[in-house]
Amino acid sequence: MTYLRDVGALARKDLLLELRARDTLPAMLLFIAATFVIFHFVLPGEPTRLETSGLLWIAILFTALLGLGRAFVPEREQRTMDGLVLAPCDRSAIWLAKSIATLAFLVAAEVVALPLYALFFHSVGWTTVAAVALADLGICGVGTFLGAMAVATRARDLLLPLLFLPLALPIVVGAVGATVGPPVVSSPGRYLAFLALYDLLFAVICWASFEYVVAE
Amino acid sequence: MSSPSSPAAATIPAVGRTSRIPPPALAVASLVLVTTALAFVFFVAPDDANQGFSQRIFYFHVSIAFTAYACFIAGAWQALRHLWKRDPRADLASYVCIHQGLIFGTLVLLTGSIWARISWGHWWLWSEDELVLFLVLYLFYCAYFMLRFSVDPGPQRANLSAVYALFGVVLIPVSFAAIRLAKTFVHPEVFHLDGPAFGGWILVTYCITQVALLVLAYTLYRLEIGGKRLDLRLRRLREALA
Repeated sequence: MTYLRDVGALARKDLLLELRARDTLPAMLLFIAATFVIFHFVLPGEPTRLETSGLLWIAILFTALLGLGRAFVPEREQRTMDGLVLAPCDRSAIWLAKSIATLAFLVAAEVVALPLYALFFHSVGWTTVAAVALADLGICGVGTFLGAMAVATRARDLLLPLLFLPLALPIVVGAVGATVGPPVVSSPGRYLAFLALYDLLFAVICWASFEYVVAE
Repeated sequence: MSSPSSPAAATIPAVGRTSRIPPPALAVASLVLVTTALAFVFFVAPDDANQGFSQRIFYFHVSIAFTAYACFIAGAWQALRHLWKRDPRADLASYVCIHQGLIFGTLVLLTGSIWARISWGHWWLWSEDELVLFLVLYLFYCAYFMLRFSVDPGPQRANLSAVYALFGVVLIPVSFAAIRLAKTFVHPEVFHLDGPAFGGWILVTYCITQVALLVLAYTLYRLEIGGKRLDLRLRRLREALA
């Protein structure tokens, strides 16, 4: 219970900071909307559902990267990371809280982005919404973990996309498979199950090894 | 450079029995095994019924691929030893294993591309699971080097590298499953290779090539880690003298 309280307090701190400063979320919203407009001109004419599904996932992935890159940068800049590490709570609570906060930003961006996608390109089905929800968990869990790693390096957030994209390949495969749906993909459920498995597997690894990322 | 009698080795405890084999003996063993493997591949193994002479690259391509996997897994194992047992030598060992893995990984991409060009007329085929998987792993491990070299040497660099190396071994099966899944929408038609039955001289040649490449990889690993340790000792001595 104490663990959950710690996670709640840390996540609330990030959400409160965002509410007051409004740094990340407006940037993510603008970015995803601008990306859709660019995509319209990248694929002139009437793009197929297969093509726009891919574009949707590129937009989501890069928007997430925008948010993930910001997750740990203020902690380093304001030197609060040492305080967090020294706080009398389990270190994995820092990862979980940051993941929850980033997830909240990403979901907020997608609440606007998915209707926009439906308006500009094709309608969004329930399997796509499920895929977005499951992929978000994986993206935020693994991405936050790698964000903490990247911020400890000299290259800072420059390194995050390099570390993250190869690890995001399974998410992209699962998410695109579920979004494309019939007739190209006969059983989107398999892709959703794959995404859930990925989330579970990497959540356990991140939770268990976060200690080594922040502590020396 | 790291022979048991030298004073350098006296302060660093041996990891296991295999590390007592001197590098020159390993080098000779590699030379003999690789020469035997080449002789078997070119003179003993029969021509493939469909692809003819060019199929012989299979012996190298597959053996190199398994050797690269072995290097990545060994790297992750050393990373685990670093995180778990805090073995001071495990970090360098993990790095050298992954470095060797990346070298063999490059060879997998090259030999795979050559084979694909000769057999199917394309330098790159997305329907080849092994090739796509290696490309993903290649990018992943290139990022490992970016990560490692943008952190100053010390406990934090060792920790970050170790954790990322562990992610790699989890990524291998997960990516493989993902690439298999992706075929249904990227490539509806899976390429079927109707090769000959895997047995007889083909199996013998393959086994010899596999053993030769594993020994070669181990020899290279020993040489590189020997050099790296010597370099580290030299730097420490210089710091002590300064």
